[in-house]
Amino acid sequence: MATTTVSTGSTKWWAGGKSPFNLEYGKVMMWYFLMSDAFTFGAFLIAYGTTRFATNGWPDPNEVFQSFPGLGAGYPLLFVSLMTFILIISSVTMVLAVHAGHNMDKKGVVTNLIFTIIGGLAFLSCQAWEWTHLFHEGAWWGHNPFPNADGTVATTNFTNFFFTITGFHGFHVFSGVVINIIMLIMTLTDTFEKRGHYLMIEKAGLYWHFVDLVWVFVFTCFYLI
Amino acid sequence: MSNEAVLHGNVGVGHSHDAHADHGHGHHHETFITKYVFSQDHKMIGKQFLITGMVWAILGGLMSVLFRLQLGYPDSSFPWLEDILGKWAKGGHISAEAYYALVTTHGTVLVFFVLTAGLSGTFSNFLIPLQVGARDMASPLMNMLSYWFFFMASVVMLSSLFVETGPFSGGWTAYPPLSALGDASDGSKTGMDLWLVAMALFVVSQLLAGLNYIATILNMRTKGMSMTRLPLTIWALFFTAVLGVLSFPVLFSGFILLIFDRNFGTSFYLSDIFIASVGALPNEGGSAILYQHLFWFLGHPEVYIILLPAMGMASEIISTNARKPIFGYMAMVGSLFAIVVLGFLVWAHHMFVTGLNPFLGSIFVLMTLLIAVPSAIKVFNWLTTLWRGNIRFTPGMLFAIGFVSLFISGGLTGIWLGNSALDIHLHDTYFVIAHFHIVMGVASMFGMFAGVYHWFPKMYGRYMNHTLAYTHFWLTLIGAYLIFWPMHYEGLAGMPRRYYDYGNWESFKQFLELNRFISTVVIIVFCVQLLFLFNFFYSIFKGRKVTTLNPWGSNTLEWTTPIRPGHGNWPGEIPEVHRWAYDYGKDGQDFIPQTTPVGDNESHH
Repeated sequence: MATTTVSTGSTKWWAGGKSPFNLEYGKVMMWYFLMSDAFTFGAFLIAYGTTRFATNGWPDPNEVFQSFPGLGAGYPLLFVSLMTFILIISSVTMVLAVHAGHNMDKKGVVTNLIFTIIGGLAFLSCQAWEWTHLFHEGAWWGHNPFPNADGTVATTNFTNFFFTITGFHGFHVFSGVVINIIMLIMTLTDTFEKRGHYLMIEKAGLYWHFVDLVWVFVFTCFYLI
Repeated sequence: MSNEAVLHGNVGVGHSHDAHADHGHGHHHETFITKYVFSQDHKMIGKQFLITGMVWAILGGLMSVLFRLQLGYPDSSFPWLEDILGKWAKGGHISAEAYYALVTTHGTVLVFFVLTAGLSGTFSNFLIPLQVGARDMASPLMNMLSYWFFFMASVVMLSSLFVETGPFSGGWTAYPPLSALGDASDGSKTGMDLWLVAMALFVVSQLLAGLNYIATILNMRTKGMSMTRLPLTIWALFFTAVLGVLSFPVLFSGFILLIFDRNFGTSFYLSDIFIASVGALPNEGGSAILYQHLFWFLGHPEVYIILLPAMGMASEIISTNARKPIFGYMAMVGSLFAIVVLGFLVWAHHMFVTGLNPFLGSIFVLMTLLIAVPSAIKVFNWLTTLWRGNIRFTPGMLFAIGFVSLFISGGLTGIWLGNSALDIHLHDTYFVIAHFHIVMGVASMFGMFAGVYHWFPKMYGRYMNHTLAYTHFWLTLIGAYLIFWPMHYEGLAGMPRRYYDYGNWESFKQFLELNRFISTVVIIVFCVQLLFLFNFFYSIFKGRKVTTLNPWGSNTLEWTTPIRPGHGNWPGEIPEVHRWAYDYGKDGQDFIPQTTPVGDNESHH
C-alpha cells in the first residue's frame, strides 16, 4: 500500500502540517457554514416551489408588487429592483473593503465598511416599507388579499411563503449588518492592525456576498417567476 | 503579508502557550469552573457530552421500560406508577396519552440526545484532536458553545416532561397535522412548543460542532498525517460531521415552517382539516407530505450520523485487537463516502406508503438497495480483519464484534424494507421497530460501549473493571437479540407499532405472552446497563491505574500523549507521523506506531 512510502515532494498540500487549501480554519468553517446555510434556503425555496407547483393558480407578482413610495401604484417591480440594486452595490463596497484590508489600508476598510453598512440598512428599510405596505393591503401570515392571476381565490400560501422566506433572508441581512458593525468597531480600535491582517473582514465579506446571492434566488422565485 | 504567516499566526493563537505549558508561563491556573464546567479542552467537552448522553440514555431507557410495562402487562396495575407519574398513571395504569408521550420522548431522546450528541459528540471531541495530532479543536470556544447549546436543548426538553399538558406525544418524527395543531391533542400544546425549541437549539449545537470537526480534520492534521494516513475513526467522524452540516439545516427549515403553522396561522402543512372539538379549519393549500420530505431529508442521513462513528470506532478497535492491519483501508474509506452520498438520496423510502408516485418510489428502492454494497464491503472487511487474527477479547473488542453482528442482523432486514412492494405490508409494523433498533439503535450503542471501554484508559487514566464489562457485554448482547428478534415475527404478522393496547384485535392476542417475554427482558437489560454505569463512575475514581502509555499496543497518536494529558495534549512538540495507523504484525513486529519513521529495509504492503 502506498500509504507507507516516504513522502518526498516539497508542496504536498494534503500531507498534514498545513492547511490543504492554504486557508486558516475560520475561513474553512465559514465556507462549510455557507454550504449549510445554502441547504436551509434551498429547503425553503424547494418547499415553496413544490407547494406552488401543486396549487392551482398563483397571484401575479406584477400585480402584487407594483407600488413605489411617493409615486403610488402602477410601477410593477420597480421598488424591488431598487432594493436589489442597493444590495448588489453593497456587495461591491464589501469587495472594496476586503481589497483595502489586503493592502492594510485601514482608511479604505473603514470607508467601504460604512458604505456597506449603509447599503444593508437601506435594504432593510426598503423591506420594512414593503412589508408595511403589504400589511396595509391586508397581506400577512395567514392572510392573502391577492387573487390568483386567473381571477380565482388564492390560498394563503403566497403570503405565507413570501413573509417567511423574505423574513428569513432579511434576518440574515440584519445579522450581516451587525457583523459588519462589529468589524467596523474592531477596525477603528486597530484590532486588525495589531493582528497584522484583515482576515476577519474577508470572512464577513464571504457571509455578506452569500446573503446577496441568496437574495438573487429569492428575488427570482418571488418577483420574477 | 504572506498567507503562510497568517496560517501560522492563527493556528497558533490559543495554542502557542499550550506547547510550553510546563515551562512555567502561568497560563494554566485553572479554576474548577474553567476546568470542569466552562471548559474549552476538547477532552473535557467530550466527557461532558458523554455523561450528559448517559443521563439521557438512562431517562430514555427508563421510558422504554415504562411503556413496555404497558405492552407486556396491559391488564395489570402497578400502584407505584401512580406514585411517580401521578395523573399520567391513574390507578397504576399508564394512560394512553402518557404512553404516546413516553414513546415519542424515548425516540427523540435516544436518536438525537444519546446517539447523536452522546456518540459523535463524545468521540469526535475526544478523538479528533488526539488522533490527527492537534492541540485542540480549531475553535475551542465554538466547541464549548456546542456543548452548552446541547445542554440548553436538554434543559428545555426535560422541562417539557413537566408541563401540565404533558410532553409532545405525536411520535419522534413529529408529523403534521397532529404536531401542528394544539387542538388535536394535549401533547401538541405546550409540550410540542418546547420540543421544537429544544430541537432548534440542538441543531445549532450540531452545526457549531460539525463545522469545528471538519475544520480541525482538514486543517490541523500534524505533519505527515495525510488524509490516507488518518485512522478510520477520523474518516468516519469527518463524514458524520459533513452529513450533519448538510442535513440538519433542512430539518431546521422544516421546523421553522412548522412553528409558523402552529403559531402564526399559516398553512404550509395543513389543508382540509376537521377537528371534532373545533370543527373545520380554514387552512387551505398546504401539504403534510412536504414536512415528511423535509424531515426525512435529515432523518435518513441522521441514521448514518448515528452509525458512522460506531463503524469508525469498530474498525479501529477490531484492527488493534486482532493485531492485524485493517483489511481494505481504501475500500473502507470509499464505502463510507458511498454511504454518505447514497444516504442523501434515499429519504423517500420512509414514505413509500404516503401516496408517493410509484415510479419515484422505484428510484428510491434502487438507491436504497445500493447502500447494501458499501455496507457489505464494510462487513466483509471487518470479518477479514478478524480472520486468522491474533484476537484479544478485551471488552472494547467484544462490543466491536457485537456491533458487527448486530449490523449484519439489522442490515439484512433493511433489504426487505427497502423494497417498496414489501414495505406496503411491513410499513409501521414491529418489523420496522426490530430493524432500526438492531441496525441503528443497539448497534450504535454497542459502538459507543466499545469506544468507552477502549478509550476509557485515555479518558481517565484508569481501566474499567473487566469482569463487570464481560457480564455487561454478554447480557446486553443476548438481551438485545431476545428483545428485538421476536419483534420481526410480530411485524410479519402485521402488528402495528405505536398502539397502546392490542387487546381489541383477535389476530394479535397470540402475541400477549411474547410481549410479556420481551418486556421482561427489557427490564433485565435495563438493569444490566446500571452495571455499566456503576463500572464507569466507580472506575473513574477507583479503577486500576494505567501504568503504561500504550496499554492496548495501539498505533494511533493518542497513545503517544501522557497517561493523563493536560490541555494541549502533548507536553512538547506534536509528534510527526510517518506511516498509516494499521501497521500491526508487520515484518515480525507486533505493532509499529504512526510516529515511527519508515525503516530502510521495511517491506511494502
